[in-house]
Amino acid sequence: MEFFYEFPSLGRKTISGMKQGVDEAFKGFSRAYGQQLEDFFDPLLRFMIWFEKLLEATPWPIVLVVIGALAWLGSRSWKITVGSVLAFVAIGALGMWEDTMATLAIISVATLLCIMIGIPLGILMSRSDRAQGIITPILDVMQTIPSFVYLIPVVMLLGIGKVPGLLAVCIYAIPPIVRLTDLGIRLVDKDILEAADAFGTSPWQKLWGVQVPLALPNIFAGINQTIMMALSMVVIASMIGVKGLGVPVLKAISNQYLALGLMNGLAIVALAIIFDRVSQTFGKRLQAYRQGGK
Amino acid sequence: MMSGPKVQIKNLYKIFGKTPQKVLPLVKNGLGKPELLDQTNHVLGINNVSLDIPEKRIQVVMGLSGSGKSTLIRHINRLIEPTDGQILIDGEDVLAMSERQLRDVRRKKTSMVFQKFGLLPHRKVMENVGYGLEVQGVGASDIRKKAQHWIDRVGLTGYENHYPGQLSGGMQQRVGLARALATDAEILLMDEAFSALDPLIRYDMQSILLELQDELHKTIIFITHDLDEALRLGDKIAILRDGAMIQEGTAPQIVLQPADDYIADFTKDINRGKVIRLRALAANGSGYDGATIPAGTLLNDALQPLAQAPDQTLGVTEPDGRMVGTVTLTQVINALAG
Repeated sequence: MEFFYEFPSLGRKTISGMKQGVDEAFKGFSRAYGQQLEDFFDPLLRFMIWFEKLLEATPWPIVLVVIGALAWLGSRSWKITVGSVLAFVAIGALGMWEDTMATLAIISVATLLCIMIGIPLGILMSRSDRAQGIITPILDVMQTIPSFVYLIPVVMLLGIGKVPGLLAVCIYAIPPIVRLTDLGIRLVDKDILEAADAFGTSPWQKLWGVQVPLALPNIFAGINQTIMMALSMVVIASMIGVKGLGVPVLKAISNQYLALGLMNGLAIVALAIIFDRVSQTFGKRLQAYRQGGK
Repeated sequence: MMSGPKVQIKNLYKIFGKTPQKVLPLVKNGLGKPELLDQTNHVLGINNVSLDIPEKRIQVVMGLSGSGKSTLIRHINRLIEPTDGQILIDGEDVLAMSERQLRDVRRKKTSMVFQKFGLLPHRKVMENVGYGLEVQGVGASDIRKKAQHWIDRVGLTGYENHYPGQLSGGMQQRVGLARALATDAEILLMDEAFSALDPLIRYDMQSILLELQDELHKTIIFITHDLDEALRLGDKIAILRDGAMIQEGTAPQIVLQPADDYIADFTKDINRGKVIRLRALAANGSGYDGATIPAGTLLNDALQPLAQAPDQTLGVTEPDGRMVGTVTLTQVINALAG
């Protein structure tokens, strides 16, 4: 009867041997290739440092003007522009300027990286059912696996710092843009594609002249989601040495500082709302034809 | 002037399903569409269709939905691969072409108008009309010039900078027509091009097409399910049912000598007076010296002259002056009554 009440697992020794085997193998890999990997990511690190320095070294009035201008160019809406500038003024007034700049830096670089990798990947997926079959489950894992789990190998390989933080953010934030690029291209009206074919459109002309432009609403929804998810990773990234608004939040958690946590948390929310509104209205403006306007 | 066929379709078969090649022999042995579906779960799209399409004429292919007519037209520019058979354009085998050659045919030789328009919603009218040229790599200023010409010709002047979504159905199809004409392709494939339009607009579009054809002399393959449209536009009409061609001929031939009850059923409500010309009735020689009437006169238009003629009889002459015979009022009335 014993057999039915306790699951017949492998012996403790066997299991711990397996675990050790994996750990050792990975440590070996890390020792052998850690340096190469670090060298590989070095340009990225330099770029991030440069961008963060740029944001921190720029006088705050100029940053405010640039943010206002970007919000205006993106949204063409006074409400959003004024709201964005006011939000940054409040952040500065409450002493969170430097942390916000650091967060802004990593989010911008992460988003850029995700777009650069994610859109081509999404296009690949849309063109091949086999690629879709392989990539989709990987994306599922990336989205559902607890972030702490992949932090372990990332930190083992690259140590603590900006690059591992950036990778952690990207692993979590890249799935939506890949998925929605794929979806958007697959949803393009078959009749329109047939018409394009009938006029002798080459596959390349069809991709850039028809499929991608018509998939833009979905691609933009993907970019928007990617930004939102990147922001939600700020606190976790701060655990492995990324500067920014996540650091004080982490401090607040361990010391039960309610006000500190709330302030920095709300600053993250403010960033999220600004990014969201500006990118959404920009996406909509690209689709002028959908509103029937000129 | 009738010249050789521009497009030839030879023994074309198209079977939709998992293993079309395997069930092809069954179809060749005479298995029909419903039986094929029952026994093998394959759908018979085209069943041994052969058709010579004359140059510079309008060839109509007619049939009800599911008859395979839209499938047939998509074989001509190989948007659909056939299961068996041959397609020749100017004697060249379309099915033997490489991807690149095929693209060239689609760019230069054929162009197409679609039932659902198939316009690019993110491009303005001007850019839609110029699309075929842009794909060919024509320079921007040439595209503009040609696109503007065709926009003017289909009566859309002033709408160059509108998006398709801002136009009515009829106007959108004018864009579709202008886009197809802009590449100067000799062959125009029109897949139920006017079927989505309401009757008045449809009639207008038919008139535009006929007017343009008078001048351009394209080889037009026009798919429709509407007999009135087929009779009005078609120099030649082919009728499809269940993927097979059941009759081919001119409008009067279809109306006066329907190949079977199915077609007779189709044609019985047609206003014959608007379709049949005197040529179809006059066949009894040239020995008449009374007043004459042109052979191309529609029966409806012949009633009054005949009623006023002595003996209610007139000689019928071809445009070259040759007399082909006589008609009487009774003959015409009988023909009208069917």
